[in-house]
Amino acid sequence: MHEASAIESVVKIVSEEAEKLGAAGRVRTVKLVVGEATGHLEEALVFYFDVLGKGTAAEGAKLEVSYVKPRLRCSSCQKLFERKRFSFDCPHCGGQGVATKIGSEFYIDSLEIEDMPG
Amino acid sequence: MSISIELKRAIYEENDARARAINETLRGRGIFTINILGGPGAGKTSFISRVAERLHASGEKLAVIEGDVASDIDTRLLRSLNVEAYQIETGGDCHLNAPMIEGILGRMSVADGSWLFIENIGNLVCPAEYVVGEDIKLVVASVAEGSDKPYKYPAAFAKSAACILTKIDLKEAVGFDEEFFRKGLAGTAPGALLLPLNGRTGEGADEITAWLRSVRTRVLEA
Repeated sequence: MHEASAIESVVKIVSEEAEKLGAAGRVRTVKLVVGEATGHLEEALVFYFDVLGKGTAAEGAKLEVSYVKPRLRCSSCQKLFERKRFSFDCPHCGGQGVATKIGSEFYIDSLEIEDMPG
Repeated sequence: MSISIELKRAIYEENDARARAINETLRGRGIFTINILGGPGAGKTSFISRVAERLHASGEKLAVIEGDVASDIDTRLLRSLNVEAYQIETGGDCHLNAPMIEGILGRMSVADGSWLFIENIGNLVCPAEYVVGEDIKLVVASVAEGSDKPYKYPAAFAKSAACILTKIDLKEAVGFDEEFFRKGLAGTAPGALLLPLNGRTGEGADEITAWLRSVRTRVLEA
């Protein structure tokens, strides 16, 4: 369910963009950037994309997902780091790490369109 | 031949825009809106009930939107306490979104200057991703769910102004590790308060209500 409503929005945006392009091309690839902190699983995203894309401009396109690992900033030494499970401690100085926006991305980066000149 | 078209379009842009419009309308009418997240059985409805008693006692107006996958048990409970409550049954959807709130706001009457509590679906995952027009989010977590929740569901905590820690009378019985929980909260949500509540006796509700009043004043005067 979690990924389904997100993919509904993806398909809607892809359809809008395809319409803007008119008959100029067919969407071959949709590239997403997904922060791991969003909890969106690639298998589920791809599954819903194939199901919900049917009958739209996204039908037959490939969904490519690039993940971004969350990074925390140490409140003592200010370094960015990836956290270990069940810990927010800085690996450099042991200080308290705090969440940053890195790792909560969720956007369509680009589309690859098959170019059909003429 | 293929060409690449850069988009950089946020997937939730439409929901976010509609939520912003809801928030502007509500704020313009002096309505302060709280989006309440928490797992099933965390004590979200009890939390609302205890705060509602205190707001009623001082003559303040409030309305509640209850989100559930199915049933209106919580709405009936709140109505039995004289709280104006409205039900959204999502029929399977695991979160509320801005269009659902637009829909129900059109069917309910919220007095200007009210408090509006939106109780989200019991789930710590996707409700964290959808703004619904709120001024602040609160996350309700019970000691019975364990002390690891901020580590396991960071997004829900990260976006909340405070965590209401419920069922505190069960701390000993379930072996709740408060220090570990606090550390996790500090890591995911720097600046978020931890506010304890015993939903059965109401212990802690005075402090929570006082804090909410101060946030409300700050938000509405901004």
